[in-house]
This record gives sequence, structure tokens and C-alpha cells, in this order.
Amino acid sequence: MSDNKTAIEFSNVSFTLPDGKTLLSNLNLSVEQGETLVLLGRSGSGKTTTMKLINRLIDPTAGTVQVEGKRTIDWDPIRLRRRIGYVIQEIGLFPHLTVEENIGVVPRLENWPAERIRERARALLTLVGLDADRFAARFPRELSGGQRQRIGVARALAADPPVILLDEPFGALDPITRREIQREFKTLQQELKKTMIFVTHDIAEAFVLGTRIALLKDGQLILLDEPQALLRSQHPEARAFAECFNDAQDSGSRA
Amino acid sequence: MTLIEFFSRNTRELLTLTLEHLFLVAVSTGIAILIGVPLGILLTRKPGLSKPVLGFANIMQTVPSLALFGFLIPLNIYLFHVKILGGIGARTAIVALVLYALLPIIRNTFTGISNVDPAIRDAGRGMGMTDRQLLFQVELPLALGVIIAGVRVATVICVGTATIAAAIDAGGLGRYIFRGLRANDNTLILAGAVPAALIAMGADLALGYIERTIQFGKTTGAKSKKFLWPAVIAVLAGILIVAYFIAGKGGGAIAVGSKDFTEQVILGEILAQAIEGKTGLQVVRRFDLGGNLAHEALAAGEIDVYVEYTGTALLAILKSPPVTDPQEVLRRVKAEYARRFKLEWTEPLGFNNTFAILVRADDARRLNLKRITDAARVSAQWRAGFGQDFMSRADGYPGFAQTYGFHFQEIREMDLSLTYRALVEKQVDLIAGNSTDGLISRYGLVQLEDDRHYFPPYDAVPVAREDTLEKHPEVRRVLQQLGGILTVQEMRKLNYAVDGEKRQPREVAREFLKQKGIVP
Repeated sequence: MSDNKTAIEFSNVSFTLPDGKTLLSNLNLSVEQGETLVLLGRSGSGKTTTMKLINRLIDPTAGTVQVEGKRTIDWDPIRLRRRIGYVIQEIGLFPHLTVEENIGVVPRLENWPAERIRERARALLTLVGLDADRFAARFPRELSGGQRQRIGVARALAADPPVILLDEPFGALDPITRREIQREFKTLQQELKKTMIFVTHDIAEAFVLGTRIALLKDGQLILLDEPQALLRSQHPEARAFAECFNDAQDSGSRA
Repeated sequence: MTLIEFFSRNTRELLTLTLEHLFLVAVSTGIAILIGVPLGILLTRKPGLSKPVLGFANIMQTVPSLALFGFLIPLNIYLFHVKILGGIGARTAIVALVLYALLPIIRNTFTGISNVDPAIRDAGRGMGMTDRQLLFQVELPLALGVIIAGVRVATVICVGTATIAAAIDAGGLGRYIFRGLRANDNTLILAGAVPAALIAMGADLALGYIERTIQFGKTTGAKSKKFLWPAVIAVLAGILIVAYFIAGKGGGAIAVGSKDFTEQVILGEILAQAIEGKTGLQVVRRFDLGGNLAHEALAAGEIDVYVEYTGTALLAILKSPPVTDPQEVLRRVKAEYARRFKLEWTEPLGFNNTFAILVRADDARRLNLKRITDAARVSAQWRAGFGQDFMSRADGYPGFAQTYGFHFQEIREMDLSLTYRALVEKQVDLIAGNSTDGLISRYGLVQLEDDRHYFPPYDAVPVAREDTLEKHPEVRRVLQQLGGILTVQEMRKLNYAVDGEKRQPREVAREFLKQKGIVP
């Protein structure tokens, strides 16, 4: 963390569906500029809901979310989203566009000149470790899962947004590729110093990538701290995740 | 005559009809796309509308095409002084075809867009696409394959339904099919049906190819996509241009109409060629108008003259009760037409085309049948075949059965032209044909005498618009010259030349006019 300016702030935020089901209740949370905050929790704990509140895919039913000091409901949603990179599971690539066109989506929406979009796409391909000459003209279905995910990250970086949201981006990858890409991503993170919100249910991934971890359960924030603190917590949900992590470490050391 | 022979002899006409057909299909499918795709998109934005809109399109598909034509013809809807709906011809046919083509296009657009993966839509929205950008950059490209599949179905429906458009003078390959049905000529039916089927298959293959080509994810697809659309547009433009020139011939002065059976087409040709030959005016032929369409077209000013029968005018148009005295009938229709429609009955052509009650020659000999009364006596075991027209009109079946005391074992209602074949093939034993029908001599059928004078007279007379005759007195002189020119025997001969000898009505009419010294 270079400085301690707040990039995103949740104040008393709740989100309730029209049918009365509460997905998120009274969330208070702030994300510092340049840090990677991991949202950790089981399926249905409210991680993705939290993320969609940041880029206004949904609006809070109570409380306020602020991005760069301005309430999201005061942002023009289109302008807001173009300042926020968005990576979702591999399915999020547009199947009818080539790799280069996929990466160029936001710059094209921002009316960059074609030559600049092309250069940017090629530079980003190199940045995520793919050979631009080989991959630029391919379609997503001609790529492996790992390659697709790298394109997804490259696409989110295209317009150089200050904030990037990643919703279980590596969830569908095999364990080996996943480990590889996490390591590459870690390097990228240190290079770019972007503010990132990273959703996962994999505690190992949270440990590798997170500056801090926010643990969610049933729409409530249970713990918000540095990774090591989670291992020491006495909360049953934190202990459950910690045990998973320890099991994985143990079997890893035996092997 | 084989189909190949027929095609080689009538190449020009075949080409014209095929182009007319393609024109109808291309224009209607094009309009249906322009309406259906935006409507389908609208439904994805306002899902509440989807039930009523798809319901309406569904219902339109179930309306029989002839019924739909019948419903559209009397309409008179203008947009900035341009008639956009109603009347006969391609315009009404296109409206009907569009209504048929809408359902598959709306439905596939709606389904195609609705089925786009929500994750992809979220990705687009999350990256800051506006609704419009999401639609044009993500949803439509991804739904395009499904939409094209809908267009494919719509096109094939249009190719098939367009054959029926010939019934309202919209042209197309349906002309051959209708003529073939009338003349009991399988070659003619096939001459219309085979090219229509080929067009349907061709359109299906071409659109299927487009559908496969735009399947994304193939590098090759993206490259040929660039050439595909210009190619499609070029082909469509070509069809439109050719069709425009075909239709463009119709700016002429006098429009001659005819109903949709052989005799009427021959009479139409006789009128048209006599007017062309004697006056030098340009003549447009609008033949093959079904039902009362010829009358409606004349009253609406879409045609200037056609040959009507006194009895038909009295009963079917004026809806008066039957009268048997020929002079009295002519006097009445003359007066009423002048008063109600500003239409003028000119000189009678000379023959009476009344209903002819027909039986097979062997039955007539065996049972000694000469008069209708004779047949009524033995009819208890008989099956009769009547056209829809005969069954429903005031001088048709109900009064006929009552006057002569007929009780048939079974009555089969079918297309008039099919009754002859049914009689010859012994599927029925008695039919009501037309006294001038060429098929009577061709099949050696026996006409029974109307000994109780049930059927009113049906003298054939050209009926013309008063304003046309005032503007072109030379046309009136030509029509006067045609007075009394045809006997029943002559008319039967002309009909047989077309129905039996498979000659062209145009040729037969020319020969007749030459022989009578009307044209050189």
C-alpha cells in the first residue's frame, strides 16, 4: 500500500430482493487504494452481491457505496463501469469476437482510434504472457481455459482503470494452471498497483493474492483483516476455512 | 407434352413468372424482417408484450390465405395519397405474405436474444456498455444465427403461400398452378409447382449456408462474412430491379381484366388484342381474378373492362332473385350497373354460358338420359360433384335440387375444375359444369337439357367503366364491333383449344380475331 487513501467505501449497506430475501445486511467496509481485498465465503454468502454493488449492476436497498469519494447512485453507471475493470469466469469473453476485439471492447466504447486499440491489445497480450502474433486473431473457443482467463484479465486492464473487480476469475481452471496463473497474477499485481476486489471461495487463493481478506457468511461480514489474522480467529466460519487451508498445507508437505 | 418441352417452349413466360415470384418473396420477407426483428427486440425489452404480440402473429398464421386475401381486398388505406392496402395485385399479396412471415421472425429474434447467456450480458454491462451497445455489439451478433433460422422458415412459407397470390393477380408461379387446375393439366400444375419447390429449396440452402457461416468462433467465418452481406444485398437488389422493369410495363392506358377460368382468359385476350389492334392504345392484362374480384377491381377503377355474365351480375353482384327471361335480365343489370356503379354493359358477345348438368356418355346411353328430369329419377344411388360456387349461389344447388327433386346419396364439394376429372374417373356420377367448357367435348360428356328452365341466362357481355368509355370513345367502338361475334359452339372450340390442345390463350384469341377479320 503506497498511501492510505480510500478507493471504495461501504457504509451500512444492505441489499434485499423484492421478495424480501436479504443477500447482504449492514455491510461496513473500506478498500484502500492499491490494495487487493479478497472477498472470501461460501456460495451464497454475498460475495458477488458486494461486487455488483461497486459497479452499479445493482443499487443498495439501504446504506451507501462510495467509489472515489462519490456515492455510486450519484455516478452515471456507464462512466462508473468504464473506470472499473471487470473479470468474471471464463464465460465472460464474447464468443463472437476475436481475442484482440475482446480486449479492445472498452477502448472501442471510449472511441479510441483503431491503431491505438490494436497496440494496446498487443501490449496487454504480451503483459499476460501470450504471443500477440499467435493469439490476436483467434476466437475464445480456440483457446485453453488458462489462456481465456489471461485474456479476461487483459480485457479488464485495457482502458487502464484504477479499480478492477474479479469475480472468481480462476474458478473453472484445473489446479495446476490455476496455481500458475495465480503466480503470474501476483507479479502483475505488484507491477500495476491497482485497487482490486477479488472474489473467491478458495482460501489458498485468498492467501496468495490478498492484502486483506473479508470473510462473509450469510450476507454478513464476519472478519476483515490480514490473511494471518484469519488463521488465529476463533469464529467458527473462520476456523472452518482455516482448517481447509491447513489440510491443504499438510497434504502438500507430505507429498 | 412433357414438363421439359413445356419449359423450353415457354422459357420467357417461365422466367417472368419466376421473377415475379422471387419479387413477391423477397419484398415480403424483407418487410417482415424490417418489422419482425425490431418487434422481437422490443419484446425482449418489454416482456409483458410478448404474449399478445406472439399470440397475434400466431393467429395470423392460422388464417387460410384465400380468406386473408378476401379480407384485405375491400380495404382502402392510404398513406400520403399512396394506396398502401387493399385492392388486387402484388400490394395486397405482399401484405398477406408479410403477415404470414412475421411469426417465425419475431419469435426467433425474441428467443435468440433471450437465450444469450446472462453471464455474457453481465460482462457487457459491467464493462460499461449502454443498452444500445449491448444490443448491437453483443446480443444481436450472438442471436443472429437463430434470427437467420427464423428468416429461413419465413422465406419458405412465403415461397409456398405466394403461389396462391396468383388468385388476386399478383402474378408468380401460382398462375401455372391455377391454370393447370382449371384445365385439368398436370403438366401445367407441375410447371408452377416444380420451380416453386426449387425456389423454396434454393432459399433454404442459401439461408442455411448463411446461418452456418455466421456461427462464430471460426476464423474462416469472420472473413467470408465480409463478402456475404454485400452478395446477399446485390442479389436482392437485382431481383428488385428486374421486377421493377417487369411491373413497369404496366403504366398503360387500358386495363383489361378477367376471372380465373380458361374462357375468361381467352375473352380477356380477345378484348385486349382487339383494343390493341384497333386503337393502338396500350393494354395491361390483369387476368385470373378469383370470385367477385374482377367486379370489385372494375368498380375500384383498377381495371377498365372485363367480360361478365348477365345471370352472375344479377344474382351474385346485385343479389336479385333469379329471372329466366334473357332480355329482362340484361335490361335490369344495365340499369342497375349504370345507377349503382357507373359501369356500362356493352354489346353481348353472343353466347350463353349457363350451368351444364353433365353425366358420362355410357350412363346417358344405358339409362336413356336426355333431360335433367330423367336423371332426377335415377339419382338416389348417385354421388354428385359440385364446385363451391354452385353449392353457395342463389341459382345453385338448393333451388336446383328442389326444382328437379334430386336426392343424391352423397354430394362432394370440390374445386370446379376437379369435378370433370372426378366424373370421368367415376368418383361422382353427375356434375354441374359450364355449357361452354372445352372439357365437355374432350371427355365426351353429355349435357342434360334444363327442361324446367331452372337456370337463368348467362349471356357474356363486356362491362366497362363509363369514364373510360367517355375518355376513349374508340374503345366503345371496338366493343360494339365484338357484339354477337361468338356462338356457344365457337366458345367451346376456343376453350378446347386451350384446355384440350394445350395452346396458349393469347395465340387462340389472335387466330380467332384474324379469322373474324377484326385484326389483320
